[in-house]
This record gives sequence, C-alpha cells and structure tokens, in this order.
Amino acid sequence: MRGNDLKQAWQRMYTMIGKEENPFRDRIVETFSEDGLGNLSFNDFVDMFSALCETSPRELKTIYAFKIYDFNRDSFICKEDLRKTLNKLTKGDLTPEEVTLVCDKSIEEADLDGDSKLSFSDFENMISKAPDFLSNFHVRI
Amino acid sequence: MPPKRKSNISINIEDVGMEVDASDSGSEVEARRKAKNRRAKPQRKAKRVSDDDDEDEEEEDEDQSPRKRGRKKKAKPRDSEDDEDEEEDNRNVKRKSSKASRKKAKDESDEESEDEREKKKKGASKKDKEESNKEKGKGKGKQGKDVGAEKDKKKKKNRKLSSSFEEEEEEEEKSDEESLSEGEMAALKEEVEEKKKLIATLRNKPWRMKRRLTLLKEAQDFVEKFEGALGKGKGRKLFAFKVMMAKKLIKFKRDFENFKTACIPWERKIKDVESHFGSSVASYFIFLRWMYGLNMVLLGLMFGLVVVPEVLMGLPYGSIPRKTVPREEQATAMDYSVLSDFEGYFKYSILFYGYYNNERQIGLLKFRLPLSYLLVGVGIFGYSLMVVIRTMARNANEGGDGGDEGDFTFSWKMFTSWDYLIGNSETADNKYASITTSFKESIVDEQMNQKDENIHLRRFLRVLANVLILLCLGGSGYLIYYVVKRSQVFANMNKDDLTWMEKNEVEFVMSLLGLVCPPLFEAIAELEDYHPRIALKWQLGRIFALFLGNLYTFLFALFDEVNAKEFVKLTVSDIQVTYLTILVGDFLRAVIVRFLNYCWCWDLEAGFPSYGEFDISGNVLGLIFNQGMIWMGAFYAPGLVGLNILRLLSSMYFQCWAVMCTNVPHERVFKASGSNNFYMGLLLLVLFLSLLPVVYTIMTLSPSFDCGPFSGQEKMYDVVMETIDQDLPAFIGNIFLYATNPGLIMPAVLLMVLALYYLNAVSKGYQQANIDLKKKMQMARDEEKNRRNNKDSTNQVMKDLEDLLPNKSLIPPAAEEEPPPPDVVVDKGSRSPKVKPGAAGKGVHLQRDVSLAAPNPRDPVTRDLGPRRGPPGNAMGPQPGPGKGRGGGRGGGRGGGRGRGGPPRP
Repeated sequence: MRGNDLKQAWQRMYTMIGKEENPFRDRIVETFSEDGLGNLSFNDFVDMFSALCETSPRELKTIYAFKIYDFNRDSFICKEDLRKTLNKLTKGDLTPEEVTLVCDKSIEEADLDGDSKLSFSDFENMISKAPDFLSNFHVRI
Repeated sequence: MPPKRKSNISINIEDVGMEVDASDSGSEVEARRKAKNRRAKPQRKAKRVSDDDDEDEEEEDEDQSPRKRGRKKKAKPRDSEDDEDEEEDNRNVKRKSSKASRKKAKDESDEESEDEREKKKKGASKKDKEESNKEKGKGKGKQGKDVGAEKDKKKKKNRKLSSSFEEEEEEEEKSDEESLSEGEMAALKEEVEEKKKLIATLRNKPWRMKRRLTLLKEAQDFVEKFEGALGKGKGRKLFAFKVMMAKKLIKFKRDFENFKTACIPWERKIKDVESHFGSSVASYFIFLRWMYGLNMVLLGLMFGLVVVPEVLMGLPYGSIPRKTVPREEQATAMDYSVLSDFEGYFKYSILFYGYYNNERQIGLLKFRLPLSYLLVGVGIFGYSLMVVIRTMARNANEGGDGGDEGDFTFSWKMFTSWDYLIGNSETADNKYASITTSFKESIVDEQMNQKDENIHLRRFLRVLANVLILLCLGGSGYLIYYVVKRSQVFANMNKDDLTWMEKNEVEFVMSLLGLVCPPLFEAIAELEDYHPRIALKWQLGRIFALFLGNLYTFLFALFDEVNAKEFVKLTVSDIQVTYLTILVGDFLRAVIVRFLNYCWCWDLEAGFPSYGEFDISGNVLGLIFNQGMIWMGAFYAPGLVGLNILRLLSSMYFQCWAVMCTNVPHERVFKASGSNNFYMGLLLLVLFLSLLPVVYTIMTLSPSFDCGPFSGQEKMYDVVMETIDQDLPAFIGNIFLYATNPGLIMPAVLLMVLALYYLNAVSKGYQQANIDLKKKMQMARDEEKNRRNNKDSTNQVMKDLEDLLPNKSLIPPAAEEEPPPPDVVVDKGSRSPKVKPGAAGKGVHLQRDVSLAAPNPRDPVTRDLGPRRGPPGNAMGPQPGPGKGRGGGRGGGRGGGRGRGGPPRP
C-alpha cells in the first residue's frame, strides 16, 4: 500500500502519539519502511510501534536509533549525519562554528576505532551508557 | 485401538515374559525405546557432556564399541542411516522371522552385546506388526521414532524453528499421541510451556514483525494442538492476571512519579525558565524556592508557637497599656502615612515584640509564652543553621563543579536528548530551547577548555583587575565610613537646620554605591576573562563585600537603639525597590525597545539599549541580604516572617513572569550546578553575621521594662532559668548547673575540635581516593579506545538481531574463513576478553546459523571424544575466537547438530 493512500490516517496517528513535533519524524518513517521512502506497510507500521514501545529491549531500540540518525544510510554516522541531527535538534540556532565544534566533540567522545565516524558498535557502546536513552526513546500509545 | 494393544501387551508379558518384544507393535517398541533412552541418557551425558547426535560420530561409536552400541542406538534412534539399516534388516529378517523369536528368548542374556541379534529382534517385532497392521503400522513405527528423536533433540535445547519441520512433527505427534509415555508427556508439557512463554513474551523479542508473526502462529498452533493432550492450560489465567497486574503496577508507578513531580512547587515554571535561560538563571529560582521552603518552616515555628497562642489566649487589644495606641497618637493612628511607617496601629500589634505580655502562663493551657518566645527566637537560628549546612553537605556530595558529567557529554545530548513522548507543540518548543541551551552551555565549557592563551598576560590582567576592585571596595568603604561619621554629627544638630540632602546622605550614598559598583565590577571582571561560572562567583563575592559595608552602617549607625520597626520598614522598602527596578529596568525597557524600534534610527533590539539580561548576582545577593534581615529582625518583629513569605511568594511569580517576557538569555549561557553551594556559603556567612547581634542582645542587654515578653526580667534568658527552677524536677537543674561548668565545657570543646580534625582528615582521604578512582576510570577508557579489535558484539540479543544490523560486517564473516588450527584459535580467544562468561549457557534461543559456525568436521574422529568436551564451565575459558564462539560453545550444551563441531583435531 502506498503511503499516499493512508497519509491522512497516519497523520491522525502521529498526532495521537505525539510524533507531530518530533524533529526526526520523517527519518523514523523512512527507517521503518521497507522501501526506505517512507511508505509503510502494515507490518512496518506495527514494527515501528513495537520498537518504540516501552517494553521493547534496549538493543532493538539502539539499532533503530542508529538507523534513524544515519541519514545517508551508509551504515556509519558521519559528521554530515551529526550536522543534520544537530540542526534538527536545535532548529538551526547554533552558529556553524558551534555546530562543527559539537560534531567534532561527539565523534571524539564516541569513536573508539578512530575512523572519525561512528560505527554501530561505537554507537551502541555510547548509547548503552546513556542514562536517559530508554526513557526518551519510546512512545506511549 | 492403542489401549487394546496395551492390554494385549500386559497379557503378553504375563504369559510369555520376554516374548513381549517380539510380539509388540512398532509404536510399542518406540515407547520402550524411549524408556531405555531415558535410562541411557544420564550415562551419555556424563560421557559426552556437550556432544551432539552427530551421525558420523555415532557410526564411529558403533564400530568401536559394539557393546555400547545397542543402547546408544536406542538413544539415537532417529538417525536416518540407522533406520535404513533397520529396514534392510527387516527385509532380511522377514524370512527368518520364526527363528528370530525363538532365538531371542534364548539369547536374552547376551542381548546387549549381540548387536546383530538385537537388530533381528527389532526386525522381528516390526515384522509381526506388519503382519497385523500392514503398511500403516510400519509407517507409524517409523514416525514414532522420529518423534521420539525429535523430543530428544528438544531436550538438548536444539530447537528447530522452521515451520515445515514443526508441522510435520505435529502431524506425527497427532497420529501417535496416544502412545506417549510419561516421559514424553513431561517433555511435551515442557515444550508447550515454552511455547506459551514465547507467545507471552513475543512482544519483547527483538525480531522483525514478519518473523514474529510466523513464530507466533507456529507457537499458537502448537499449543492449540497439544494442550488438548495435556489438559487445558492451567495457570493461563494466573499468567494473564500477573501480566495485567504488572501493567497496572507500571502505570501506577508512572502516575505516582507524575504526581510527585506535580507536587514540587513551581517545578514547571522553573523548568520553563531553565529551558530558555539556562541553568544559571534557573539556579536563582531554585534558590528562591529553597528559601521559600525554609521560611515556611520558620513561619510555622513563629506563628504556631508565638503569634497564634498570643492571639488566641493572650489578653486582647486595649486591655493593657502596651497593647493600646496612646491617646495622643490615636488621631493619626489610622493614617496611611503613619501606617506605612509601621507606626500607629501597626506598632501596637502582634507584629512587634512590644505587644507581647510578660505574663508567665497564658490561657487555659497555661502556655508559657515568654519561654516559648525565647526558644523560638533561638530555635529559628538553630534550624536555619542546620538546614543550610545539611544542604551544603548534600550539594557537595552531588559533587563537582558541574561540567564533568561523563565522557559522552555531547554525544548523549545529540542522540538521547529528544524526548519522543513529546506531542504538545508548546512542550516541544521548550524542549528545542532547552536542548539548544544545554548545547550552548557545553560549548562554552568546551571553548574554555580549548582556549590556549598568553598565560602571563592573563595573569597580569587578573592581578590588575583585583587591585582595581580592591581600590573600589576600599574607596566605597571609606566613603560609607565618612558619611556615617557626618550623619552622627548631623544627628546632634537641630533637624530643622539640615537640608534634605544632609538628612538622607547615608541612604543616598548607599544606593549610589549599590547602583554604580556592581556594573563597574562586571566591567573590570572582563579583564580577567574567566569562565562565566567562575566569573559569577567572583562577582558575587565582590558585591557581597560591598554590601557588607551596607550592613556595617546599618548595625553601627542604628544599633544603639534597636528598633524592630526599622527591620520591617527596610524589608518593605527593599521589596518596593526590587519590584520597581524590575518594572522600570526590565519591563519598561523591553516595551520601549520593542515598540520604538519601528520608528527609530537604529536597531534598538540589536543595538544599544537592547533587552535586559537577568541579573543573577544582584538577585541572589538581594535574596541573601533580605534573608539576613529576616533572621535579625524576626526576634523583634515576629510578623516579619509572615511578611517575608508574602514577598518570596509574590517575587517567585513576578520574577518568573518578568524574566520570561522581558529578558533575553545571557550571551554566554553557562551551566551552574555548583554555584548553588556558593549561594549557600554566602547565606551561611550572612546567617552568622545576623546571629551575632541577636545573641548579643539576648545574653547581655536587659530588656525594656515596659513592653515585650521579657519585661521585668534582668536578662532575657532568665525565663529559662525560672522554668528550670520552678517547673522542672531538681535534678535537671543540677544537670544544667554541671553542664554550664567551665570544667565540663572545656573538655567538650576540646573533644569537638578533635572530632573535627579527625573527620577532616578522613574526608581528605576520601577525596584523594576519589581523584585516584577518576584517574583510573579515565585510563580505562583510554585503553578501551586504544583497543582496536574489540568490535565484536558478545551480547546475545545483539546476535539475534544480526539480520537487522545496519552493517553486517559488524560480525566478522567467520564462515568465509578457513578454520584455523587450534592453537591459533586459542590465541584468538585470549584476545577477546569481552566474551561473557554466561554466554555459552544462553544458547537456548540460538538459532541454527550455519553461516557463522565453523565448517563441519567431516574427518572421522578416531579417538575418544573426552578431551574435547570439557566441563560446561569451560566455555568461559579460552574460547574459539569471534564468530566461532558458537561452535566452541559445546560445553554449554548448545551444540545441536551438524556444523556445530569445533575445529577438527589434527
């Protein structure tokens, strides 16, 4: 089924679960859709909620979080991905220098293998220590 | 049908003893086999702890030790080759079936050793059955065996999840269900329970929806089919109930948390401010809230023990002179100007010390008001000291100067700060603001860390700045001293000769200094170029020193006649000045900048006046000095505490509003987690300073003779002595007498000093240990960073998820590698310290995944398997390296079939 057909329904769903305001809403939908374009099959849709629900395990959430933040889908979170993430988070309020600083620092903190981009294991290592990842990365339906 | 058969069997057993075997049907044989199988199992387990039912090995075993083979074979009846053998045998034996039965009875004793014969025996039984049941029976027998084997496998935790397999199995089970033995029932039950558990927990499993659906369907089918055989699911209701209760509990906990948060006063307001202005501005409001809490307790003490009893039980207004406005003042006693000076009716009210009577006991309850008054006055200080010090200690525990909250400051902010629950646009805006603010705070910290500078120049500038500020302070101190001196001279002159300027000189100079100095200090502090957080502390300290001059003038120019009225007046004027400043300095300015900007020649918003920033240091110090005033004045004016509560309450709302709508965030928003303790330190200092005069008056001055609860006493503390003498038993008086003996006090003081010294030493030791631990952690982290080959995920769930991984190369493609020789393997194992000790035991949920396992050792194993097996615990020892971990995990009993063998032995 095409996303267009159900756009309205989805829209209502989003409002209900509070995705309206999420800066990553497009990324979430793209990540969970099998074609990567944001068209969700019913299974994808249910998948999305099961991953984001309160009881789903940290590992699953980590994987989807990684996918969400990996904008260009190259299996690494590179500086460009970070820049996009940051701009979405701050609505572009930071100056370019500040953005560069933050991106560099983030990579420096989490990058264990020194390739100046975050692989999944780097990401997992970092996220597994984050105190409020689980409490923030879920929705209530 | 089967029951019948069973009865037959029993008869047969009775009649022919061992002949049973021969005359039995296929399914019966199966059942017996199972029984034997069960018997054989423990042995097998003991011998081959981790080994699997690998056919090849099985064959080897058969060849090597034919004696064992019989049992073994029964234990592993599933092997297709065995089956084929049997078929062949059957065919062969068919011909000599009549012989076989007789032979069997004869050879019974050496049955176990004679492999051939056993086969024949079986063949005979098969044949018999065939004769009676034709083809069907045979099929059944075979299938039954299959099922048995399947069970066997299951028990060894080699679960097969492919649907086709299971369907087949189910069919077989169905057809053969009735012939299940006890053991099988148990196994089946276990299986069903497992499936049920799977259904219940499927939601939490880290699988994609497709896989979940398949699994769910299978499990449901399975359970549906077999539950009939095992009796309808007991405990299902209980389980559902448990799940429901768990959910309810979670929800309740969540609601309770929300409720708790909602109970914290102004939490939302402060969070709003924090998200837009940063934690530094929020720290002021948190301090204000804390102060409000403290004052609520003081209010409770003062009103509960002094004011309300006096109102309820004391003499009413007008009964005695001290409670009545004098006749000559009565005409103007209700005038606004008089009241605003706290004269007139206000002066003769419960607000002030003078109103209280010195009657020892009042009312029906015989409430000792003077005693209560004194104890509350002292108790307020005691409580405040305790609370301030306790809060400081707690803040110190939370520790740090802020800033170091982990190794992942930025990446955590980046990836985990957005709350996916937010659905409200206003909340979302706040969240955006708070994320931006927190990023900015961290950026400021980081920039400060990165800055490299000319250290000598910086030092010179800092010294210069301090000299300048000391000059300022000295100058202003002298100015105050000079003005106070002059005012004392003026005080002796006739009031009518003085000009307005001369009359209010002290106040004028004080306010001028208060107005000019803080911005001057701030300007000078620019030279120092400290981190804003440290700069704030310096600024606070300097302005504090300046205001101490204020305190000095207040204490020494007015101190000779302690007038409670002054405290109240001062507090009220302070409130007025603060609010007016906000209205004019912030609100009016904001309005002008906002609306005049449309018709102005330069950009007012970006240019000169701009909007105001929130003045943290000024507000904090205002609050602190105000509190000092309350502490000092509360003894002489009980109503002051109530007034202060009103002030704090209104200023919380007013300032929150003002900051949100008229101020802009600081240019450099900075994090201020530690400065709260700095506020507390200043507060403690002020508390001591205000404690001194009050205690001094209580201990040395004699109270006025005509008003107040202590009138007529020599000293205020005489009420305590009086109570001890008159109302308490004599021995308590003695105790007090001893306690006040210098001979006892001196050792007590000494003891306290020693305890202080000891505790100080201990805390130093802990601090050192803390620093060491921090260093170690940092080192460990660096080491981790340096380790390049630790990319293997050893987390079991992670492995389940591998088809989801964004990058499959994460787990090295072990299947493509040649199985390395054992020594290499061991070497590798020692290099992967991340292997979890319990990982091997968790193999239960492992799927068979050939691609990750080492290639199957096809070579014949020609010697005993002992050394390879090892105890289960061995799995945590040196293990085959990444990717081969599963193959090597046989020790934990997870090995399950082909392709699971370890690397071949040379």
